This record gives sequence, C-alpha cells and structure tokens, in this order.
Amino acid sequence: MTDESPESPGSLMARGTPQSLALGVTIGEGDGGGSMRAPFRADLVGDPALGGLADGVVYTLLDQACGAAVGVAVKARAEMQGRELAMGAMATLDFRIDYVRPARAGADVTARAECLKIDGEVAFIRGAAFETDPDDPIAIVQAAFMISSALVGR
Amino acid sequence: MRETELSPASARFAASPYARFLGLRIELADETVTGVLPFAPHLIGNVVLPALHGGVVGAFLELTALAQLAQLAPGVSARTVDVTVDYLRSSRAVDSFARAEVLRLGRRVANVRAIAWQGDERRPVATLRGHFLLGRGTP
Repeated sequence: MTDESPESPGSLMARGTPQSLALGVTIGEGDGGGSMRAPFRADLVGDPALGGLADGVVYTLLDQACGAAVGVAVKARAEMQGRELAMGAMATLDFRIDYVRPARAGADVTARAECLKIDGEVAFIRGAAFETDPDDPIAIVQAAFMISSALVGR
Repeated sequence: MRETELSPASARFAASPYARFLGLRIELADETVTGVLPFAPHLIGNVVLPALHGGVVGAFLELTALAQLAQLAPGVSARTVDVTVDYLRSSRAVDSFARAEVLRLGRRVANVRAIAWQGDERRPVATLRGHFLLGRGTP
C-alpha cells in the first residue's frame, strides 16, 4: 500500500508512546510502518560484558513494530472496504519471542513485523529484529493482538 | 556498597544500564525474589488508557525470572532462549510487582514461569513462561 500520510499508524505509534520516545525509536525505512529502529545507546545495554542493546529493548521494539503492523493492516482493510478508519484500541494478547543471539555491541537494532491475518477481533503477527541483515536475526516473534471491532469493520 | 552485601539476585542487574533505565528493583524474602517496577511516566505505552507498554511488562517479567534464577543458582550464568507472555489485563500507571518460579533447574536449561500484578496478586496483569540457557563455570 502507499503511505502518503505523515500520520501513518506506524508513525503515530512511534511518536505516540512515551516508552518508544524514551528508547529513541524511529520509523524504519522502506515500508508502511511495521518497521522500527532503536538506535544504540549505552544506557540501554543489558549486560555490559556483551555491550549490545538489552533483550528488553529488542522485545519492546518488536512489540511496537507488531502494533504498527496491525495498524497498517487495519488501515489497508478500511481502504479496501471503502470506509473511514475508525478510532479504536488494540492490545497484545500473547507474545512469544525467541532470542536467537544477543544484539551486537554498539549496534542499532531494527524490528520488522507483518500482520499475517485478521480474523474477527484477533490479529496474527510475526516479526524479527536484526542489525542490518534480516536473514541474520537477533530475535523472532509470533504474536496475537486483540483489536476493537471499530477498527476491524464489519 | 560492598559487593558482598548484594544478594545474587540483586547483583544480577546491579551493572545493567537497562535495568536502571526501567527503574527495576529486586526485593528478597528468604530465597524468594520479588521484582518491583515503580511507576514512571516513560514506561507508558498507551497514553489514552493510560497503560504501561507491553514490552516493558514483558521485559520486567523476564528480568524477574533471571533474578530468581540467579538467586537459586548463584554463579551460574543464564541467557534467555525464549519467553511467551500472556497479557491478561492492561497494566495501569501504577507500581508493578512480579514473582518467578523455577519449575526445573536442569544442567543446561531452566524452565521458569512468572506472574506480574499491580494492586492485587490474585489478579495478574501478565504471565510468562520461558526457557533459559545455563552456563556453568564459564564467565
């Protein structure tokens, strides 16, 4: 989909949450909002002996990217149904993360997520976090989000 | 504070910048760890409700699980392999607490579950189930 609006669901989510602002999260390049980047910061390192961004930062970045991916999917769905995108809420129901390896010392982390399916009020998402190469992930995620019926549209 | 005064659970995150960023505190009664996450505005994920960020809640559960492992098996390093977090209700803009139970402490892997709550321990806001890779004798 095209993403001409500066208020894409992804940018709203990245700008809108105090936690993502505190982490310095920015919208990643090259897609409609399900991509996020956490710039490296020394005060967000988990284990100084390893020197990479903490598991918790990777987790939060991926959660945020999953939410943005649902936002993108919900918006695309509203466009397809030819209706205005209603206001509504979403909430993480279940989030499974595999930490394939620690984040590299001193490196920014990017998370990318994709909404696979919206069924009723449930959205199914998967995503991955990496430094530069999506095929060399730090962590992979599978999640389910609840979304309000106003967002889904009937 | 001298290092000898820290419990293994507290020592686990004493040098972690991210634990400090969250404001994580570890309390210990006998050998049971309670993770305490005092509310702070930067932990918010939903400004409308308002609610803590789901990622913060997940990370809090994971860190509490690691702290309990450190207390139970001092000197053994633990790295998270995977965690699954169920979100039962939204986490409000108040202090949070968590406790973890090590279901099995194997030679190489530990199975842990943890719960987080706010006002009432019988009404958890989130639960975790996770696997942790253990390292013995290596730094």
